Amino acid sequence: MSWRRFFRRAKWDRERLREIESYVQIEADDNAARGMPYAEAHAAARRKFGNSTLIREEIYSMNTISFLDALGRDVRYSLRALRHHPMFTLVALLTLAIGIGANTAVFSVLNSVLLKPLAYPKPDELVAVKQTAPGAAGLANIAEGLRLSPSMYFTFAEQNRSFQAFGVWAPGTASVTGLAEPEQVRTVYVSDGALQAIGVQPALGRWLSRADQLPGGPQTVLLNYGYWQRRLGGDRSVAGRKITVDGRSREIVGVMPQGFRFVNQDFDLIMPLSFDRSKLSLPGFGFPGIARLKPGVTIAQANADLARMLPIWMSSWPYRGNPRIYETWRITPDLRPLKQEVVGNASEILWVVMGTIGMVMLIACANVANLMLVRAEARQHELAIRAALGAAWRRIVREMLMESVLLGLMGGVAGVALAYGALRLLMAIGPANLPRLTEISLDARALGFTLALSLVSGLLFGLIPALKYAGPRASLALRSAGRTASVSRERHRARNLLVVAQVAMALVLLVSAGLMIRTFQALRTVEPGFTQAEHLQTMRISIPVQLIAEPQRVTRVQNDILDKLAAITGVASVAFASEMPMEGIPPNWDDILIEGQTYTSTEIPPLRLFKYVSPGFFHTSGTRIVAGRDLTWTDVYGLRRNAMISENLARELWGTPSAALGKRFRTGLNALWWEVIGVIQDVRENGVDERAPAIVYWPSMLDNLYGPGPLDAVRSVTFVVRSDRTGSEGFLNQVRQAVWSVNPNLPLASVRTMREIYDRSLARTSFTLVMLGIAGAMALVLGIIGIYGVISYAVSQRRREIGIRLALGAQPGELRRMFVRHGLVLAGIGVAIGLVAATGLMRLMKSLLFGISPLDPVIYAAVPIVLVTAAVLASYLPARRAAVVDPVEALRAD
Amino acid sequence: MLVLQTLVLGPAHGHTIAHAIEHRSEDVLQIEHGSLYPALHRLEDRGWIASFWGTSENNRRARYYRLTPAGRKQLTAQTTRWERMVRAISRVLKPVSEQ
Repeated sequence: MSWRRFFRRAKWDRERLREIESYVQIEADDNAARGMPYAEAHAAARRKFGNSTLIREEIYSMNTISFLDALGRDVRYSLRALRHHPMFTLVALLTLAIGIGANTAVFSVLNSVLLKPLAYPKPDELVAVKQTAPGAAGLANIAEGLRLSPSMYFTFAEQNRSFQAFGVWAPGTASVTGLAEPEQVRTVYVSDGALQAIGVQPALGRWLSRADQLPGGPQTVLLNYGYWQRRLGGDRSVAGRKITVDGRSREIVGVMPQGFRFVNQDFDLIMPLSFDRSKLSLPGFGFPGIARLKPGVTIAQANADLARMLPIWMSSWPYRGNPRIYETWRITPDLRPLKQEVVGNASEILWVVMGTIGMVMLIACANVANLMLVRAEARQHELAIRAALGAAWRRIVREMLMESVLLGLMGGVAGVALAYGALRLLMAIGPANLPRLTEISLDARALGFTLALSLVSGLLFGLIPALKYAGPRASLALRSAGRTASVSRERHRARNLLVVAQVAMALVLLVSAGLMIRTFQALRTVEPGFTQAEHLQTMRISIPVQLIAEPQRVTRVQNDILDKLAAITGVASVAFASEMPMEGIPPNWDDILIEGQTYTSTEIPPLRLFKYVSPGFFHTSGTRIVAGRDLTWTDVYGLRRNAMISENLARELWGTPSAALGKRFRTGLNALWWEVIGVIQDVRENGVDERAPAIVYWPSMLDNLYGPGPLDAVRSVTFVVRSDRTGSEGFLNQVRQAVWSVNPNLPLASVRTMREIYDRSLARTSFTLVMLGIAGAMALVLGIIGIYGVISYAVSQRRREIGIRLALGAQPGELRRMFVRHGLVLAGIGVAIGLVAATGLMRLMKSLLFGISPLDPVIYAAVPIVLVTAAVLASYLPARRAAVVDPVEALRAD
Repeated sequence: MLVLQTLVLGPAHGHTIAHAIEHRSEDVLQIEHGSLYPALHRLEDRGWIASFWGTSENNRRARYYRLTPAGRKQLTAQTTRWERMVRAISRVLKPVSEQ
């Protein structure tokens, strides 16, 4: 048996026919030669040959694969059957296409984000080097545990036994001048070892080398592909050229390949951190670490290795106090697979969404199964006759399954098209919090998933009617399907069960969507610490040392910018701060010492968030001053040591906001005292779902913060403008001109309204809400269609019974109620089961909820009411038809 | 085997083969000539014979079959096996017929 012959069997058959003809000719010739008449000679020849058709069939069947042959026949038969019921086919296909499409889309996102390995060589060896410090009070304010300090980097890099390569890095921004308009670009600063750990070779030139990391060494920069294309025209001889970054000329040493991302960062430039060893001390915990494990080393072993080095670190670097103090922090290494770091908290959401969409798919399958049951019921007579005529019931099952699998596959094809469109849409919208967005694609695994899903769902909804109607008992149907007056209860059991399941699943989905709505509401009512976010225009401006060296002048320039901005028409007020709430810029934090309190040398007071603000910042952002006063420019230029603190910090330290005024604190034993002049309303710095941290607000220019030292000014700040003209292009142009009129070399970065920042911080919740909302709505609609279908089918099946009842004097209203009751009972059972399932399942969603319990009574009351109302409506419509049945006609029918 | 044996003498078409077998077995093996064709098909399938279109003795187009090298080997093997079988059977039968 060969495939080639299988496909050429028709040609073969023609060959054989000719051959047989030739035999007959020759034999007839012989016969004729023996003197037979022509006709008789032929007939004798044919007799001699035997049954030529039979022989041809025998040879033909030797050439076929009978299984394939039967399959082809079944497919053709099923397609014909589907074509003859266009409404059924259309509805089933549409339901399936939407269900499968949604599942495929969500699965490809899940697959690309969570399942696919990172696009680095040997990604399993890569780890994010992180640590926790359960002993450090106040650290809970700083998300993601304790980062590494530069001194830790040196100790770990030089003494570890677990890593092939290890480095630290930090995202940042820089301004590039001299190429076009001054441009703020995204940068990644890396230490030696970070690029080596990731291991992606540059497309052009070389990595940053160890020599590039030496302070005072060569000034170098590595470009990302996109920036190279955009700003340097993809010039292949770019290595060796110089660009001016933050006012300093840097030599381009290489270009990273297209699509390269540094962990979770899109960036334009990579620059060396160039730590100066001689000036380092223990703290400065600002750097995420990345390492490539040696082959065979586990994360636990590497953790132990790092833990071993921590005491070495503590004794090898200087510290302004007792270095043993860090023992009280109980620093614990906590390595994570790098993928986990990249994906972040998206995994939870994606699984929840996948689960809900999967449930929608089940509901869709139930609906199609219901449709199939209707069809099977209509065909019951035909099937029974076929069975009686000797069709094997296996064959009937196969035919029915073939039809459903075919439906599933066609739905799958349409679903893939839908999913493709949905993914394109998703990438166009580009939800900010979705990691690895650019890697999302419909790959072989996603398509395999779709194929499996189509087949399984096809079998699933095909099996129910197939088993029910094609079983060996099918002949029974012949007797009952004819002129029986009513319909046996048993025949409706499968359909009723399906509807109950649908209602139960719809309830679960609606409850989850409802809980998300409540969460969203709860988040919106939280006072974030600023008002009318849509009228706050923010932009980031950095003044590099190379551009303006003296801190005094930096503050002067910032002040000038404020004045120019304030002069724009429609601007109510302007100010700046080291960062806006929820902006996601890594904040500064440290401990403070309170006057009149003694501290032992083995304890570190709780860590506080440090922010630096200009006078008028709170007025501009709409943050209330609870007690005392704001900073003034006189305070700033006079270098008066006046600071403000947040309300929760004031209450913690001195009981009431007003009691805090006039109190003094400092940052270290050798530092100078600062006085509290104002107490500020609590601000949700890390998003409305996180607690408001304790904050110290410093002026943007200060001296001697940590004891005797030079004057310092904060160089990277976010300017914030309150105006009702925010967002308009004309306004933004005026803003840019105002800034450039002060200094033309200052790029504006992250130009957006506070509203955008706020919405971004809610993106996780709103994304989940939208997805669950869509799933819930689909479930509700499908559930209603399910109930409607069952009741209206029951009505049409029981027309005769209804007719008799009416003829015997039943009231139409009574009949209507009977059918509505049927629908209600189904919905009721479904709701009951759904409630039980929901109470169990919603616990899984707990981490996505805010401000409400997973058993929120409002939702658990409202959703069943909605569902039951919908069920009543869905059964009332067909029930009304029952009441208008004409008894005479109904009894006369067939 | 019978077909293969027939073809040892040279290529032949179906009609000839059918008659040859009938003839050589002294009409003991009376077969419907048509049933020869599935057998030919099977043999060709296994690569033991090959076929081509030719012209018969009385100028009719006919499909000729010839033995392939593989077929020749197969024939030898089968003949040997057959003969061994026949010898064995006759050895078993002989003593019985003598007693």
